[in-house]
Amino acid sequence: MVTLAPGIGQEAATVGAAMALDATTDWFVPQYRELAGQLWHGYPLRLAFLWHVGHPIAFQVPGDLNMLPFQAAIAGQLPQAVGLAWGLRLKRARGVVVAVFGDGGTSQGDFHEAANLAGVMKAPIIFLCQNNGWAISTTVEQQTASETLAQKAVAYGFPGIQCDGNDLFAVYATVREAVTRARNGEGPTLVEAITYRLGLHTTADDPTRYEPREMHDMWVDRDPLRRMQLHLVSRGVIDRSGLERMEDEVKEELRVAWDEAQKEPAPDPSYYFGHVHASPSTRLGGQLKRFERDGPG
Amino acid sequence: MERDERVVVFGEDVGVTGGVFRATDGLFARYGEARVIDTPLAEGVIAGAAIGLAIAGWVPVAEIQFLGFAHNGFNQVVDQLARVRYRSAGRFSAQVTLRAPYGGGVRAPELHSDAFEAHFTHAPGLKVIAPSTPADAKGLLLASIRDPDPVLFLEPLRGYRQVKGEVPAGDYTVELGEASVAREGSDVTVIAWSAAVQVALQAAEDAQAQGISVEVLDLRSLVPLDVKAIAASVSKTGRAVVVQEAPLTSGFAAEVVATIQEEAFFSLQAPIRRVAAPDVPYPVQMLEEHYVPNAERVLEAIVATTRD
Repeated sequence: MVTLAPGIGQEAATVGAAMALDATTDWFVPQYRELAGQLWHGYPLRLAFLWHVGHPIAFQVPGDLNMLPFQAAIAGQLPQAVGLAWGLRLKRARGVVVAVFGDGGTSQGDFHEAANLAGVMKAPIIFLCQNNGWAISTTVEQQTASETLAQKAVAYGFPGIQCDGNDLFAVYATVREAVTRARNGEGPTLVEAITYRLGLHTTADDPTRYEPREMHDMWVDRDPLRRMQLHLVSRGVIDRSGLERMEDEVKEELRVAWDEAQKEPAPDPSYYFGHVHASPSTRLGGQLKRFERDGPG
Repeated sequence: MERDERVVVFGEDVGVTGGVFRATDGLFARYGEARVIDTPLAEGVIAGAAIGLAIAGWVPVAEIQFLGFAHNGFNQVVDQLARVRYRSAGRFSAQVTLRAPYGGGVRAPELHSDAFEAHFTHAPGLKVIAPSTPADAKGLLLASIRDPDPVLFLEPLRGYRQVKGEVPAGDYTVELGEASVAREGSDVTVIAWSAAVQVALQAAEDAQAQGISVEVLDLRSLVPLDVKAIAASVSKTGRAVVVQEAPLTSGFAAEVVATIQEEAFFSLQAPIRRVAAPDVPYPVQMLEEHYVPNAERVLEAIVATTRD
């Protein structure tokens, strides 16, 4: 099993943002803990499973999907997302970009360089910061002396807004407003969605070494899925048996996607030679030949 | 830019003033502020935004004002730009040219003169081009801009003011990955690139006076490397000297030496020699002429290899 970064407890923050987009024109640029939002935007569940087992095809975002691949370098996707948004503006295209990162990402130079350029270019981008309380074991207080992460936008000359990241409606409303501004040529917005990482940093992590139990328990009560279920049931939109049916449907959807993922052929080892350049150099071609002749190692 | 409306030029001071070396002079007046853009002073986002612009359908030609400062954006160049095609398994590509002046010998301040090419030749996916003549600079730059993959295009600082040459008019390209024989000879092959080619040519001239016939191979392209041309020349002469401006250890000359060893070992009549800067950081102005390899040092190596 490979190392995964679960997004448990943060589903509302990224799905709410994705719901505010028009997937036909707008781009979703992930870090690696926003699978829920990516699925909403159109990333196939089948590929999500393949990502989790380390199949390279998971990074080959389907051709009609406006999304960049997962990004391991913290905030490394932000300069690219700004370039993309700037490029859309130069083309006078309708599209906007939502770029997702975490609280730890705000310490990176790439975040500051990207925010600064986005402000100058009035790039149509929404910086969606998922403040989930932790960068592995580092708290937000250890990350920054700023009172909020949203206020960092002030220095770059565009609005920074905090919202309840565990409230789907709050995230949707906040991002939708930011999307409208971006589409109207009014430039970027930084949205700080306050949420909590209920899972592990990754499956290689052990939060019991640093996370106070009572803090975790407090946030379990604020789990966005539980909140949404309570809301829907109390409003009479759905009843408990309706929720159970929905869960069964989702489980079935997952089962089908898992089966499809299983059918994906294992990548040929020569796969990785094929995408380094548009056409391999003589030298790389020679390495491929040797590889095909001699096999792994 | 006239031929392809997708080409955009941006970087620090490339607009109104035309670049600190005037390399983009006149473009702003001709193509306007939408296509020739002054950016904030930040190498990381210059390289990173180039990726996004390319994905949006533009063909970025971005300038890193000096290669010595490219490390501020190293992640975006080496870990990101170079891998766009690879990590997206071909869904995205980055037709990006990063121009960067580099190399010493013009009395520039600290870090403006470093020859850091080997830091970038080690990044699979990135092409690294280093012309030495004005004609090659034109032909290779146009070829780089049209290449579907990212290219780091290195322009020698010394070249801007000290090298003069004819430049073919009109649409002129030189294929990436082809070395050129800058001078034919039969006794020793001197392999160099960028500003060191002029040094090698001077040394070859001096060697001629001592009766040694020197062939000078101008690599022009470090990645992809013209292995055939290197092998052909060294097989002919049986002796090789590799010149680099960078510090000796782990420099690109080591790659060239290893390549000769693999491809032309049985033609060698003497050990291959390297002429490089010492393993110290690039010095400030008053010391730099003791640092950058000069014709005298190259000549010494040529003579020595004929006596081995």
